[in-house]
Order: sequence, then structure tokens, then C-alpha cells
Amino acid sequence: MITLTINGKSRQINLAADTPLLWVLRDALGLTGTKFGCGIAFCGACTVHLDGEPIRSCVTPISAVVGKQIVTIEAINQDAIGQKVQATWLSLGVPQCGYCQSGQIMTATALLKHNPKPTDADIDQAMSGNICRCGTYPRIRAAIKQAALTEVTKS
Amino acid sequence: MKKLPDRPTVGVDIVSADEDSFCIANISRRAFLKDLALTGFVLAAGFPSLLRADETAAAPQTNKYGADAMPHGWVDDPLVFVAIAADGTVTIVCHRSEMGQGIRTSLPMVVADELEADWQKVRVQQAPGDEVRYGNQDTDGSRSMRHFFLPMRRVGAAARTMLESAAAAQWRVPLEEVRAEQNHVIHSSTGRTLGYGQLAKAAAKLPVPARATLRLKNPAEFRYIGKGQVGIYDGEDIVTGRAQYGIDIRLKDMLYAVIARPPVYGGKVLRYDAKEALKVPGVVKVIELKSSPPPADFNPLGGIAVLANNTWAAILGRKALKIEWEKGVNGGYDSDVYKAELEAAARKPGKVVRNDGDIDAALKTAAKHAEAEYYAPHLAQAPMEPPAATARIIKGHCEVWACTQAPQASRKYVAKWLKLPEDKVTVHVTLLGGGFGRKSKPDYVVEAALLSQAMNGKAVKVTWTREDDLQHSYFHTVSVERLEAGLDDQGKPVAWLHRTVAPTLSSTFGPDSRHQAQAELGMGVINVPFAIPNLRIENPEAAAHTRIGWFRSVSNIPHAFAIQSFVAELAAMAARDPKDFLLDLIGPPRRIDPRTLSDTWNQGESPEIYPVDTGRLRAVVETAAREAGWGRTLAKGQGLGIAAHYSFVTYIAVVVEVAVDESGMLSIPRVDVAVDCGPQVNPERIRSQIEGACIMGVSLATLGEISFKEGAVIQDNFHTYQLTRMDDAPREIRVHLVHNSGFDTPLGGVGEPAVPPIAPALCNAIYAATGQRIRQLPIRGQLLKDGA
Repeated sequence: MITLTINGKSRQINLAADTPLLWVLRDALGLTGTKFGCGIAFCGACTVHLDGEPIRSCVTPISAVVGKQIVTIEAINQDAIGQKVQATWLSLGVPQCGYCQSGQIMTATALLKHNPKPTDADIDQAMSGNICRCGTYPRIRAAIKQAALTEVTKS
Repeated sequence: MKKLPDRPTVGVDIVSADEDSFCIANISRRAFLKDLALTGFVLAAGFPSLLRADETAAAPQTNKYGADAMPHGWVDDPLVFVAIAADGTVTIVCHRSEMGQGIRTSLPMVVADELEADWQKVRVQQAPGDEVRYGNQDTDGSRSMRHFFLPMRRVGAAARTMLESAAAAQWRVPLEEVRAEQNHVIHSSTGRTLGYGQLAKAAAKLPVPARATLRLKNPAEFRYIGKGQVGIYDGEDIVTGRAQYGIDIRLKDMLYAVIARPPVYGGKVLRYDAKEALKVPGVVKVIELKSSPPPADFNPLGGIAVLANNTWAAILGRKALKIEWEKGVNGGYDSDVYKAELEAAARKPGKVVRNDGDIDAALKTAAKHAEAEYYAPHLAQAPMEPPAATARIIKGHCEVWACTQAPQASRKYVAKWLKLPEDKVTVHVTLLGGGFGRKSKPDYVVEAALLSQAMNGKAVKVTWTREDDLQHSYFHTVSVERLEAGLDDQGKPVAWLHRTVAPTLSSTFGPDSRHQAQAELGMGVINVPFAIPNLRIENPEAAAHTRIGWFRSVSNIPHAFAIQSFVAELAAMAARDPKDFLLDLIGPPRRIDPRTLSDTWNQGESPEIYPVDTGRLRAVVETAAREAGWGRTLAKGQGLGIAAHYSFVTYIAVVVEVAVDESGMLSIPRVDVAVDCGPQVNPERIRSQIEGACIMGVSLATLGEISFKEGAVIQDNFHTYQLTRMDDAPREIRVHLVHNSGFDTPLGGVGEPAVPPIAPALCNAIYAATGQRIRQLPIRGQLLKDGA
């Protein structure tokens, strides 16, 4: 039995220690907002926050995340910047199919938490690990820039 | 923005197993009927009106174009598509699959507009696969809005009329004195109003008005149509992670399956050993699925399935399988060898599919002569959500949940494989995490059903890994296009010979299909609307060695790449401006009957209603050029390229701006796309589709390639099958919607037609920037100076 802290709650997991966090979230916990895209950390669909840093849950064994704070898309609205990013995503109509957007939002939120005024180069650097097959990149870039200009409001 | 609601977290022990949890509209069929009981739901979706004043609910079968020519045509019965609850909630059924094009927003929005429904009170319910009830559901061919704009307007108008009639009857005033407005009916002279919720019960008892009597809105009265201010219906669910895709379905006691499929098309399992696989903790069962011989049709590939308590255990179990495969007849498929075969075929005469004038004489007497061959490889659609489906069978009734573009075909093939009547199969359509044609083929849905059957009806979810998706797709064809032209002494083309060689989609459905179908030839190759007196199109044979399938914009990709590149090559030879040369080739504005171009298909549309309109093609070329600042001076290593293409009865022209640095690194600062798709129902989603198509076009042009060795696909994940990422995407995409004469002109497609012109415009820009002509896709590696 492994104990993880996910979205502020303690969770008992009865799976092998080398199981990737992605499948624990999706199959054991029903947190299906975190997506499977490639399984080799090449697309970013599975991005979650580990102690505030974006990680690829598809290649992260649960043994590596014990005692750390894991936040998924389901709880990112509890973060003021996360909520701002979600709101901007909607107001600019970023999503098409939406499948990769959980990962995009998690990555963008982490970017803005570390770098409140990212340049184009910063955005490229942070976001190019996240593939969007629908091609929403121009709107993702615009949304990050707009979110950077928006004051965080207390929710 | 509305406060985003928290999602209740699902615990380890509480699988979200209640049946209603998978409904993407948050109103499942069951919950919906419960509402009906609880709230006195009255104008109820689900009970088609059996009698209609003028005709039955079925579409007339006399015409053979457009929606009328599609299986099961269209349905415009308001009782099938609209339900209104006592609290005024308006539920609108969407029968087409949502895969990013925004159809779950746009089609219900059309109904809501004519219905005068308050969008804040609209709920969208996804239809299961049932074309008899809903009309055609094949979500492909850029058809949803084109074919259902009018039927959905009639649905809304009929429901509105029934509500108005109910109010007029209650007030005992003539119908003409009342009007509907935003979920209310108003009697202006007395100021009385009644809400839709109050009227629905009485309205439902009224006959559905005859089509001929319906008063459709004047476009000036549109509230949502053409405005683009309605947000994406599923937007909040998407940004909060609550949106449910096929891969997200979880049922009680469900097993998770992955399948090892034959690496070669037509191959099968010779023998296998599951001993080690069954030792993996969590693995429950290993099941062999029978392989069916080619042609594949929509049948599953067969193989060895590993069923486990979670996906990861199934993946590990599959790794532990020992399988010996029989490769079969396609075991020698090798892309390098095959390319040489296609080239050889293209250099010899082939089946003539269009012949104008005397090409042989014209080529002999031309002042200048040009020829070029273009190669475009196989592609995988690679939707970010790989194929996935869940099935269970209870008391002889199979229910599946799937991200499918083909709900009806899913139902049909599941029924066929389970030997059940179709009414014993229910296909619930989830959101699709991208489709791009891959999810038009329900092979993976049948896999889930077969595994559930093998487990005595237990729920089984089949998940395709990315490796599965890239190695076992129905691939975009591979082609060699050979073009030859003669120019007169003024540099004007007088002869045009095009040989197109590519394995055909038909090979997936019938044995020994070696020629492109009319529907493939009609994708920009025989219906090329150029003003050239001597023109011949030939289609030499090509045999397929893998499953050929639809990929967003299909055969338009290689055709547009070759034709629009060759036009720029001819312009260079004639020392003309490529844009002016292209306009001259298109010739004066005229409306061409596609049958005179040997195109009997015409995208399935009427040749009278949808002629090839060179005036519209000219207009998008001129618009794109003007908006892009065509002719402006650029620095060394920079260039503009132009291309135009007509497909899915929509006219598109593109100007791409590139910069190629000294090391050969390519970047795309800007793309201008001019679009004439006829009336623009949801301009905001049209723009997003065009932006996305542009990036998909860049991706396939610069990086996309699936290749085969010893019968199997070489590429296995996103490190070897690369897709365009943000840092390599065009920095700016400017979409210019060409406004035409309003909503009385026929609609064009939107989802696909912007893909094909991107690759040639990009290659033409590279030529302008560097003098290097790209004739083989993908571009990757060809520009680099250091051989890297």
C-alpha cells in the first residue's frame, strides 16, 4: 500500500510501486482529466503538478511521488493562476477537441506561476513539450499572454 | 466567466460506475427520462412524430445529392431533436460527433436560433448511433453543417411555431399576433408573455407543422447564426478535466484491454505463449481474436488481447506475450521499393480519366516543356486520443461507448460480429479527442464488443496505445504525381498531362482495387479548373499493401501539393509572378459544370447547385495575396509562396511566409488564409478550424511520414512520427473569411479544405526564399546545409 497526496487529499494505492502515476490517477482514482497521449513523455497530455512543477505522469512511477503534493487538472481551479488560465482559455476559445488541453493548462499554469510575464521565447520553451494535433497553438500563445495581463482575483 | 464548479473526486473504492456518469451532456438518456417523470417534461425528444401534416418524417428519396444521397438522409422532426422541460430548459439533440470542429455548439445553436431559445437554457444531448431516427451520422467529409443547416433550422422553426400556436390558443388570439423571443412567447398588444416551460406541455400535443408552412427567420433576425459569440458548449468541461472522451469511460467491474495486433496487414497469429503475461500482477485473461483476411473493411485486425484490472497491467502483460506471427502476402512491403514502383508506373501511360483536346500533339508543338514528379508519403491521423472503446453485454443487449465518427457503422459492425440484430446494439457517442478520419472506422469498437462477449458480457475497455495507433491505422495513401506541361512562346500553358498513382481507399473495401475511385479523382485532380485547351489526366495502377483510410482532406493532399507546386514551377519557367500566373491559369470567372471536367462525383453535391466557380477561386487568391502583402520586399532567406485549392465545395487560397536561415532552419512567421465556404454559420469556429488545418498542413509538409519495412510500420511513437509543436508552428495565422451574398447561397465544408493548399504554398515560399524546389514530402532534412 502506497500513500499519495493528490489534490490535497491522502490516497491509499494498492498497486505496484513502479506503476506510472498516470494510470493510478485514471484507472484507480477515476481522475480521467489527466490524459494518455504517448506513454513516453513526448506529448504532455499527462502533465500534472508535483510540488508545483509540471511533470509527465505517464513516466513517473508512484514510488517517486510519495510525500509530495500532486495536483491534477481537476483541482487546478483551486489555484488562482490556474483559474485565470482556465477562464482565459474559455474566453479566447482555445480548445478544439480539448483532449490535450488538460496538459496544456497544467503546463501554462506552471509557466505563469514561475514567470508572470513570459516572452514568446519563454512560451515556446515551456509549451513545446505539449502537442496539440488540432493546432490550437496560436490561441494558446495568445491566451497565455492575455492571462499574464489579467490580475488574479481571489476566488 | 462563471465560477468553475468543483468536480467531486472519485475515491479508490468507488468506481464512477453509475450508468449516468458517462453521459457527455450531463443529461443521460436515463436521467433525461427521469426528468421527464419528475418535471412533467413535455415536448420530449425521443418520440418521433408519426404523423406530419404534409409528409412523413423521412427525407424524400427522389433527389440524389447532398444529404439526400447519404445513408438515411436527414430528419427534421422537432420531436426527435428538441425537448423542453417545465423549468424552461431546452434540450437539443446533436446527432453528429464532436471531434474539435465545434459541432455540438454549432448545430444546436442553429436550432436554438430558429427556436428563439435562450442559449443559457440550452442543454445538448448526444444522440446514440441510430440513423433511421436522426438521419445520417457519418461525421466526415466536412458535411455536418453543409447537410444539416436547413434541417436543423426547420427543427427549430417547427418547435417555435408549436410553442407560438400553444400560446395563441391559450390567449385565444390569432397566431399572427404572437411572437417568440428568448424562451418566451409574447402577445405584444396586451403585453402578455408565457415561458416555454409553461407552454411545452400544450405545444407537444399540437401537430408538427407542415414544412411548407414553416416561417424560417430572415437572416437579419438571426441571433446566434453568423455571429460567433456563442462559446464552445463543452468548453467548461474541457478546461476542468470533466469532459469525457472514449478513453475515459469507466464502468463497474470493467476490465482494461490492450491488444497485440499482426504487424503486417493480412498477417495472423501463428502461435503464442501467454504464460509470462498471465504472471503479471493485475492480468486477468489472455484472449486470441481471430484475424480476418484482407480487404480489411471495418473489421478488427485480430491478435492477442490482454485483459487486466488496469491499463498499465494490460500493457505490461502484452509486453510479456511471446507471439509468432505469420506475415502473409504483404510481408515484403517496403516504402523505398514501393516509391520506385509508383515512379515507374507514373512514367508509363495509364487509365485515362479525363481527356480534353489533343495532349500528344500539343506537347510536341509546345515552345517549352516541363515535367516534374512529386512524392507524398503515407500519414497517420494520430488524434491525441488514440482509438478506445468500451462494451458490455447485458441480457443479449450490447452497449458500447466509443469516440467514433461513425456511430451507425459502429452499430452495424458490432451487430454483425456479435451476430445480434442492430436493435440489440446501442452505441453511445462520447467526445472524440480528435478524429481526422481515423475514427470513421469502427474496428476498435468491434474489438471491445468481441472481448466483452468473450468475457460473458463483462464490461471491457480497449485502449490503443500510441504505438498501436501509429502502426495499425488506416493510413493516408502514398502517392507519386507526375506532371508534364507545354508552354507556348508567351509562356502560356497549352498542354497539361497529370498522372496520379496511389493505392486507393477502395482497396480497403474490395479486393484487387488498383485505380483511384471517382471520389479520389474528384479531389482536385480531374476537376482542376484550369483554362488549358489540351489536358489529360491518367491514373496508372497501384496495389495497396496496408489499410488505406481517410485522413483529413484525403487525396486532396497529394493532388494539391503536386498541382500547386507545378504551377509555381511553370511560373518560374515563364518568368512570371506566381500569383498572376495562377490567376491566368484559373482564367476568367465562370461557373463550370463539374461533369464537363469528367467529375461525376462533385463531392456528392448537385452540379447545378455546386458548380466549380472560378470567380470564387480567383477571389480567394486575390484576397490572400492582398492581405499577405504579396509582392512586398523581404530580406534574404525569406519568401512568400501562394497556393489555391477547391475541395469540399469550399474555395481556399493560402500565402505562406517563410524564413530559412543559413544553416537551413525553416521558420514560418506568418500564414494568410482566404476562405470562401459560403455562409458562415459559426465564424469563430470556422476560424479555429482553419487555424488548426493550417498547422496540420504544416505538420504533414514538414514532418509527416509513415513508412514500411518488411511489411510493418517503422515509426512507433511521437519521437519517430513527429508532429508540429508550438515552437515550429506558424507564429501568426490570419484567417480571412470572404463574405459572399448571405445565407441563400449553398454552404461549403470547413473542417478539411484548408489542409491541402498549405504544403504547396509552403514549398513555393521555400523556393522563393532559397531557390530550392521541394518535390518530396516531408521537407524535414532537405533544407539543412550540414546534412544533419
